[in-house]
Amino acid sequence: MDALIILVPAALVLGLLGLGGFLWALRSGQYEDLDGAASRILFDDPPPPKEPKP
Amino acid sequence: MTARLAANAAPVACAHCGAAVQPPALFCCGGCEAAHALVAGLHLDAFYRRRSAPDGALRPDPTPPVTLATAAEAEAGDVWRLELMLTGLHCGACVWLVEQALAAEPDVLSARAALTTRRLTLRWRGPRDRAEAFASLLGRLGFRAVPFTPACLRAADDVETRMLARSLGIAAFGAMNVMLVSVAVWVGGDMGEQTRALMHWLAALIGLPTIAVAGLPFYRSALSALRARRLNMDVAISIGVLATGAMSLSETFRNGRFTWFDGATTLLALLLAGRLLDRMARGRAGRAMAELLALQEGVVRRLNAAGQAEEVPVAAIRPGDLVMLGAGERLRLDATLLAAPGLFDLSATTGESLPRAIAAGVAVAAGAVNMGRAMVLRVTAAAADGSLAAIGRLLEHAAQARGKFVTFADRAASLYVPVVLLVAGATFLGWWLGMGLPWQAALVPAVGALIVTCPCGLAIAVPAVQVVTVGALFRRGVLVASPTALERLAEVDHVVFDKTGTLTSGRHELHPGAWTASDLRAAAALARASRHPLARGLVAACAAVPLRLDVEEHPGEGLEAGGARLGRAAFCGMVDSTDQPTLWFTRPGRQPVAFRFSDALRPDAVAAVAALRALGLSLEIVSGDTQGAVAAAAKAVGIADITAGAMPQAKAARIAALRAAGRRPLMVGDGINDAGALGLAYAAVAAPGAQDLAQGAADLVLRTEALMALPEAIRAARRAQALARQNIAMSLVYNVIAVPAAVLGMLTPLVAAAVMASSSLAVILNALRAERMGAAWTR
Repeated sequence: MDALIILVPAALVLGLLGLGGFLWALRSGQYEDLDGAASRILFDDPPPPKEPKP
Repeated sequence: MTARLAANAAPVACAHCGAAVQPPALFCCGGCEAAHALVAGLHLDAFYRRRSAPDGALRPDPTPPVTLATAAEAEAGDVWRLELMLTGLHCGACVWLVEQALAAEPDVLSARAALTTRRLTLRWRGPRDRAEAFASLLGRLGFRAVPFTPACLRAADDVETRMLARSLGIAAFGAMNVMLVSVAVWVGGDMGEQTRALMHWLAALIGLPTIAVAGLPFYRSALSALRARRLNMDVAISIGVLATGAMSLSETFRNGRFTWFDGATTLLALLLAGRLLDRMARGRAGRAMAELLALQEGVVRRLNAAGQAEEVPVAAIRPGDLVMLGAGERLRLDATLLAAPGLFDLSATTGESLPRAIAAGVAVAAGAVNMGRAMVLRVTAAAADGSLAAIGRLLEHAAQARGKFVTFADRAASLYVPVVLLVAGATFLGWWLGMGLPWQAALVPAVGALIVTCPCGLAIAVPAVQVVTVGALFRRGVLVASPTALERLAEVDHVVFDKTGTLTSGRHELHPGAWTASDLRAAAALARASRHPLARGLVAACAAVPLRLDVEEHPGEGLEAGGARLGRAAFCGMVDSTDQPTLWFTRPGRQPVAFRFSDALRPDAVAAVAALRALGLSLEIVSGDTQGAVAAAAKAVGIADITAGAMPQAKAARIAALRAAGRRPLMVGDGINDAGALGLAYAAVAAPGAQDLAQGAADLVLRTEALMALPEAIRAARRAQALARQNIAMSLVYNVIAVPAAVLGMLTPLVAAAVMASSSLAVILNALRAERMGAAWTR
């Protein structure tokens, strides 16, 4: 049972890390555009070179 | 280019927008050709390989863009930031094209488009007026940009959805971690007393904060219901969850066999997931509605003291100001005509299908469309005091009355909650006083009964059906605006139609008559010069005719060119006995000819009316148009009960009379003149292309051109209602088995979890059947 002293806090800390990550992602607006994000990952082209100003 | 190589079979898809075109043409219109050249010039042709927007959706629209520069906000120094709503943003490739095309502009710092909210955030360094150039670039690509209105912002920045998502995250974390401890207690039969106490305290440490924080959305709703002296589903949920938390804490203190934190937190997580899905489905419809409304927003051109036109928001206009109204523009304020007589399309305010000539000095109500030349008007009332605002206030009243509608789930809850509380109370007293258990121990079966009845199935039953139905309707172009709309729509027994713009499309169709093709061509050459609906109808019947340049238009009378006259009977020196819309055409030395028209029905109006009748609904038409026009339309669709010449008040009075007689009328309308009736009706549907006020007053907005969506929506609503009732019945059956077990103290947390999970699963699976019905419609 001694293992519990380490394992339970470790499980809780890992879970809290995940929860913290979720809340951070939510706050920084990463859940705002789910449809866009789904298709955005397919576009990996570098932006076209900017034309030099005349 | 891949699109060009594919162009060998007939007909082919337009290389830009995908609409069908006849080879050898590659494009459906000049706009698409220019857009294609623009995209290719920017080396962004990858767009065409990824595009999945509906065909024709990207065709550039010649509508002049709204002024955007004033909407730009200064960020720092000469850096500007602009929030735009983009219509036509259909797929990921569109997002990519917009972002890349804007990024190619040398002064753009960042451009980010969101597909879900159709929101484009654009930052650039340089002059503010660059906004116009960006808008015109987007316009040439086939996207229309309008400023992000407050309504759009409300729909996009959905605080409540974010709060639900946060609560769900916390509840899911809590539920999983409590389960980690609970499972150990369930299986650890040989666990020592002390270890079990440690486990209980751990569960309490995780479970209590979770219950306190993640349950907030339910507690708030329950409190507001209790304040209004009503019982709803959230009261039952709150009592169940809080009582379980309290009982588990008491069990922790006295180191009982089990705690029930797992049940309470899992319940919260499940319910929050259901609610979040419901909210997201509704949010999507809400954003689509805000988008439709934003397209109708606009600025007014005011003439200042120097006689120059300046663009100002509608709210800035005072009575007495002079405003410019361009050809084809909609008047946004009540005003009187200053000089020359004007021709106005009043279909939105009165329901008349033909424009009316209005003399100088006569008042015109907001909502009229200028069919003649650009003109100057004097505003008689500010936006806040005008006729539109008066209708808006009426609608607010109606919306409040409608807000009192009690849903079926809440009616079930108001019966259910007292019964459950009684059972729990009796169980507690029975075990405590009757069987002589200590009160803490008597609490266990009592709260066990509470949580097992706690309406997991019940609270998920109705939202689950709603989510599926609202989503299925959305994909078919029906936006569900209000949370109780489906339920009311399912219960309607009578349909009142507006005619102009609802049953008809507002376009006029030429009838065959005693004229030759050369007559038609000659008349159409004149008619091209006018935007009068009859002239448009004539041109539509004979499109390939060049415009005559010497045409003179007499507003409200007709057109004249080189002795030939096209117009109303009196203008052409003829006498007409019918009241059917007619254009006379006279030329020197030729027989006069009459072109007769009728307001064209929507293509599927007849089928839609028949389908509504098949649903057992009685139908009638109440229209502001003339008797003849209404009767003709009514005969064509097969509706006997008609009222013509109805003013907006008369329409509203008709609905009020129906409701007083105990009927449940459904109003279908599109104009400002229908808004009052829409607000009063038991349920209201805004026809395709409806005015903003009519949309605001409606429960459902039809977005596609097809009227057939209406009977489909009613069928879907009825089906949803039936499924919701089945689901409620199913979760009640579960309780019949589970409650006696709980009352007798035979329930363990493990059994409770199994019962709740299986009942939730059953109602969700049943709700999914609403989607299957969706497949049957498309046939």
